[in-house]
Amino acid sequence: MNRNSRMVEMSVGFFVLLAIASLFFMALNVSNFKSQSMNSPYVVHAQFDQIGGLKVRSPVTMSGVTVGRVTDISLDSTTFRATVSMEIDGQYNAIPLDSSASILTSGLLGEQYIGLMPGGDMDVLQSGDYIELTQSALVLEDLIGQFLLSQGEK
Amino acid sequence: MIKLIERIGRSTIAMTESLGRASLFLWMILVGLNTFVARVSDVTRQLFNTGVLSLPIIMVSGLFVGMVLALQGYNTLKDFGAEDALGVMVALSMVRELGPVVAALLFAGRAGSSLTAEIGLMKTTEQLSALEMMAVNPVHRVVMPRFVAAIVALPLLTLIFMSIGMLGAHLVGVVWLGVDAGAFWGQIERSVDWHEDILNGMLKSIAFAFAVAWIALYQGYESIPTSEGVGRSTTRTVVQASLWILGLDFVLTALMFN
Repeated sequence: MNRNSRMVEMSVGFFVLLAIASLFFMALNVSNFKSQSMNSPYVVHAQFDQIGGLKVRSPVTMSGVTVGRVTDISLDSTTFRATVSMEIDGQYNAIPLDSSASILTSGLLGEQYIGLMPGGDMDVLQSGDYIELTQSALVLEDLIGQFLLSQGEK
Repeated sequence: MIKLIERIGRSTIAMTESLGRASLFLWMILVGLNTFVARVSDVTRQLFNTGVLSLPIIMVSGLFVGMVLALQGYNTLKDFGAEDALGVMVALSMVRELGPVVAALLFAGRAGSSLTAEIGLMKTTEQLSALEMMAVNPVHRVVMPRFVAAIVALPLLTLIFMSIGMLGAHLVGVVWLGVDAGAFWGQIERSVDWHEDILNGMLKSIAFAFAVAWIALYQGYESIPTSEGVGRSTTRTVVQASLWILGLDFVLTALMFN
């Protein structure tokens, strides 16, 4: 009986450990858990005329490296432009103040994300700063419309 | 005509009655939870019965479900030149739907049916009445540990099912069909949200565990104490639990992913 119950306890322990290992595997390899934890992030804002398909939690990249995430999108009720707030990882704390932000698309029909282009200013972006230079998202319909218009004029 | 109305009335009363009994039964289990500390070793033993003994079927099914998903997904995605999205497709369907649902269905068939049969047989052989004679509440002593064990075991089994399924998808997608491993796992990491997808999948699985445990134990406890009655209850457990799992899944999906 004693040996039997020890076997039961051991296999239950093994079962629970296996489940915990699975949880870690799912968290670290099959989800964005890793990239979710940023050390001491700071928030900067940018205003765009057109954000296209940008969503909360879209990545913010610099030279293709993800440095942060979009945390909030709202409409400025006076200028009627979209205000995008993004969290930038604290280890990238020397981004020049006059950097520009543009909304880019990964692939032809992929997800939209924000690309930051570094400027040359000596001052760096602080928490709460606004990125002044922005470039809106490309909207495919607008492009096609322009193309058709230019064809019609010929 | 009158007969029809009579029959509707009778079945309504019967349904209400069994709903009331099931709720009372659940209430007794929940009251029994305060004896939990004294029953820890029983819970461990039941974790072995429901959890550990379900491991082989869960692991093998997980592997094959992942492999089949990868194979089917590859054939479709290849037409669009989007094989790199294979990982995302498998991971999202695994984590959001197939993991919780298939694991719960297997659990209902493997563990739920045996819980019903066990309790039903205890009733048939009057072990439950014997406990009552000794002033031991059979719901607290026999049912509660099984209830707790089932609710703990299914989410853990689901996690294992999902992980093994992902490994199966890797095996077929990356090793066999030659999808790039970096694209496969990288896209998964980028698109599967820890909170939105995995935690919601786990919540689903806990809800399913609750439903399966409740149905299985109630059916066993209320079974007609004959060999035929126990057999019928066992069948009813599997049928009802499966329907509840699928129905609940729809409701939970509508609530979570909208």
